[in-house]
Amino acid sequence: MNNNKIILHDMCLRDGMHAKRHQISLDQMITLATALDDAGVPMIEVAHGDGLGGASLNYGFAAHSDEEYLAAVIPRMKQAKVSALLIPGIGTVDHLNMAHQVGVRSIRVAAQCTEADVTQQHIALSRKLGLDTVGFLMMSHMLGPKELLAQAKLMEGYGANCIYCTDSAGYMLQDDVHQRIDALRQGLKSETEIGFHGHHNLALGVANSLTAVAAGANRIDGSAAGLGAGAGNAPLEVFNAVASRMGIETGVDVFKLMAVAEEIVVPMMDQPIRLDRDSLVLGYAGVYSSFLLHAKRAGKKYGVPSELILMELGRMKTVGGQEDMIEDVALNLRDAACETLHK
Amino acid sequence: MNNQQNEKINVALIGSGNIGTDLMVKALRSEVINPLWMVGIDSDSDGLKRAAAAGLKTTHLGVDELIKHIKRDNIKIAFDATSAYVHGENNRKLQALGVQVIDLTPAAIGPFCVPAVNLEQLIEQRANNVNMVTCGGQATIPIVAAISAVQAVAYGEIVATIASKSAGPGTRKNIDEFTRTTASAIEQIGGAVEGKAIIVMNPAEPPLMMRDTVHCLTVEPPDQQAITESVLAMIAKVAQYVPGYVLKNGPVFDGNRVSVFLEVEGLGDYLPAYAGNLDIMTAAALRTAEMLAIDSNWLRNEA
Repeated sequence: MNNNKIILHDMCLRDGMHAKRHQISLDQMITLATALDDAGVPMIEVAHGDGLGGASLNYGFAAHSDEEYLAAVIPRMKQAKVSALLIPGIGTVDHLNMAHQVGVRSIRVAAQCTEADVTQQHIALSRKLGLDTVGFLMMSHMLGPKELLAQAKLMEGYGANCIYCTDSAGYMLQDDVHQRIDALRQGLKSETEIGFHGHHNLALGVANSLTAVAAGANRIDGSAAGLGAGAGNAPLEVFNAVASRMGIETGVDVFKLMAVAEEIVVPMMDQPIRLDRDSLVLGYAGVYSSFLLHAKRAGKKYGVPSELILMELGRMKTVGGQEDMIEDVALNLRDAACETLHK
Repeated sequence: MNNQQNEKINVALIGSGNIGTDLMVKALRSEVINPLWMVGIDSDSDGLKRAAAAGLKTTHLGVDELIKHIKRDNIKIAFDATSAYVHGENNRKLQALGVQVIDLTPAAIGPFCVPAVNLEQLIEQRANNVNMVTCGGQATIPIVAAISAVQAVAYGEIVATIASKSAGPGTRKNIDEFTRTTASAIEQIGGAVEGKAIIVMNPAEPPLMMRDTVHCLTVEPPDQQAITESVLAMIAKVAQYVPGYVLKNGPVFDGNRVSVFLEVEGLGDYLPAYAGNLDIMTAAALRTAEMLAIDSNWLRNEA
């Protein structure tokens, strides 16, 4: 495997938006992005946590529009490419065109891993615009390796030059990662790149990313200090340090990235990004990581334990985007508790 | 029996996919309209086979074949459940022959029609092509309209979650049409100043029922009692033609946010009951056709 060079992709300014309730300021974006750029991180994602067009009552309105964030960051990059996530059903090709116009160089079209055929028009347009085009298969734990490959091939056929196995729930064990990445590597065209996006809900963010590399992935998502949904993404400075020890080349300065994490990202956090009970439940039950803060808020508002809300969302087999069900479940749990009291 | 059937208004169904076939099953029960033709483009389609078995005239040669029979078979109304790409052409051919068109594609050439909200108005306006918005729109716009009827709504947002198995290839190929069309109908028919629509497909087994959530931001603090009454009355109105349309939670009030949580269970006519999204489209289209047909003076004028 030609795994000598691994492309690191930082998620702080997109997945990290979940952990910051989409309230990252333009100044914070610029400071963090320029520091990541200076550390040599080759790709940086910038958008609402739920991708372009994610601003909503359901997911939360961001402090600024996607366009304002992108326009603030992109001109300041010396070497890093800025990417944006787009989830069809939430964002549209209008958002994609906007992102292209403000200088986004990579579009990651994300879909629930079973629904790749909703991405055709977006992947095709992104490719036509000459952008690095990624098919991003969310909640990849929900499909076996063969079925995941079939969905990946759809995206490859629409024009994606890179396919991601995305562990949105932080549920996968190392063997799960190995089997899926291996199936993608064996089954996709040799020129198609393969990426892995981990969450740290079972403390496997770094380990799973290493497994992915060993199985043939060459792009790894993470975020400095893990700033991301759930227990965070794979902490990028940790992955980079381990990669350096293992002789895996990333081109990213180990100490500069440590400094970004320690001195810029950690002070930005509204709450410590750590593996608390709710995040562990996400990883244990296979629940979409960005449900975390919504469930904590709904739990508080309706007086029901947030971990019960998350377990119920797992039992219902909810997928990314169904944040509306969090309040619905909380109301049901509250009503059920009231009924029990009255019996 | 024959006489009775002749009094019904003859209609044609164009498109033999999930929507067209489900609509046929419902139309066969109608006291008002008589589904006479089913038009497809694939002789092997399940919909065409079912239509033939149910005694409809069928063709797999598309609208051009149907056109030859419009006058002789006295077709007054056509439902178009094909795709936005071909609807314009279908519409032109049908209108040239004076056929009332009910558009179930996202093409939206004609005005949006959400029966519980604006069908009476459309009948008065004699719109000869009406568009049924989207499944998510049919499920949620009545609620936005019910809130707007009480006080001004600055922003209306809907989240429609459907079972993966109920989403046909047309919807999947052009998912942007769903979000755009629904958002614009939230504004035009729902009365929100700004609209947004989100659609999620869920692959769970067994498949989940269609869920729809409506979030609105009112301009002034919400009048909770008046909004609750208006929403409940509207749900009852929609449930007249979509029996599986139920309130699950809400209205919930949080500052100026009003949220309503709905579920739509289908009748299981063609796809199983989880496909409430299919049901609400076809039930709304059937309701529209029946109301238009009952307004018979108007139909005669058009013909």
